[in-house]
Amino acid sequence: MGSNYDDHVVFTDYTLNQEELDHIENVLREYLVKSGIRSVLLIDMAGNIVAKCDDGTCEHDLYSLAALASANFAAVDTMAKIVGENEFSLLFHKGEKESIHFSRVNNEFLLISIVGKELSLGLLRLKIGEAVEKIKHLR
Amino acid sequence: MAFVNMRTKEVQAKVVYYGPGRGGKTTNLEYIYKKFRDRIKSDMVSIKTHGDRTLFFDFLPFDIGKIMGYDVKIQLYTVPGQVKYDATRRLVLKGVDGMVFVADSQEEQRKKNILSLKNLQENLATYKKSIFKIPLVLQYNKRDLEAQGIPLLSLETMEKDLNSQLKVPFFPASAATGDNVVATMKKIISLTMTSLQSVLK
Ligand SMILES: Nc1nc2c(ncn2[C@@H]2O[C@H](COP(=O)(O)OP(=O)(O)OP(=O)(O)O)[C@@H](O)[C@H]2O)c(=O)[nH]1
Ligand SMILES: [Mg+2]
Repeated sequence: MGSNYDDHVVFTDYTLNQEELDHIENVLREYLVKSGIRSVLLIDMAGNIVAKCDDGTCEHDLYSLAALASANFAAVDTMAKIVGENEFSLLFHKGEKESIHFSRVNNEFLLISIVGKELSLGLLRLKIGEAVEKIKHLR
Repeated sequence: MAFVNMRTKEVQAKVVYYGPGRGGKTTNLEYIYKKFRDRIKSDMVSIKTHGDRTLFFDFLPFDIGKIMGYDVKIQLYTVPGQVKYDATRRLVLKGVDGMVFVADSQEEQRKKNILSLKNLQENLATYKKSIFKIPLVLQYNKRDLEAQGIPLLSLETMEKDLNSQLKVPFFPASAATGDNVVATMKKIISLTMTSLQSVLK
């Protein structure tokens, strides 16, 4: 990489270096996957996958999921603005075997978690809240 | 807004196909998907109406292999061309790195092409991007219709209408037969990668 960019991720509005990416993956693993979340993605608002971690049982098409998740989030966000809300805080799609939870980390990032039915929504939200606290300063 | 991950040595870049409704954006991606089936591991995602019009976007991730040691993934998107879908069209443009403008060569579509290009310029501006700076290729689509006696705009007219100020590469094409579809894609990927190169070396 060019001298100005030695250990940085560039081009995006945000910049993450190697250490920060390590930190993010660590948080995703320790707080989320070890708590029973099957697969978790940190994506940016354009649909890029910034970091991911899973328990090895998920075989989903993560790039398509990221593209759809960012678009879905943007659409819901725009709907919130239309009805005069700042944002709709909870986005949860419940399936029979797997469910998807979305949460905004900060202006740049979204956290997408795929969970089985073992995990209660309450515990899930608690764990995600803890993880978000640990990474929301990054941008 | 390409994302370069130094850790996994991966680049993700976003290329969006834009243009008037029914111009052939989705057909471009469908052709690419068919043609490179063996290299594209995931399915093409299309959010569309029953009448096959794009409602939100089409999405096709395309692995172009290694460039300067990086695994490069180009994410191809189309926007919905219908005028009424401007809000969703704008959402798809978020973080775009390169663009193909698919114009409809039919004579009766002349005005729609011009309006759509203007709309692109305005929507890019909402992200503080200039249509004069972003990597851009024009495609004059549906040239095959000439053989059926359907009146088409001449290439000179289309160049004058759409490209007199932009002066970007253009391709007469047919998304239906596949003519110049891959050439268009290769050109925009190469322009997009060139704009990223200063950072990848
Ligand atoms: N003859 C001919 N027909 C084409 C060509 N490209 C697209 N079509 C046809 O034009 C119609 C519209 O094509 P689409 O690819 O769905 O157009 P689009 O730009 O995605 O339209 P929206 O999603 O509404 O914005 C379809 O019936 C296509 O089969 C072409 O090169 N030649
Ligand atoms: Mg379409």
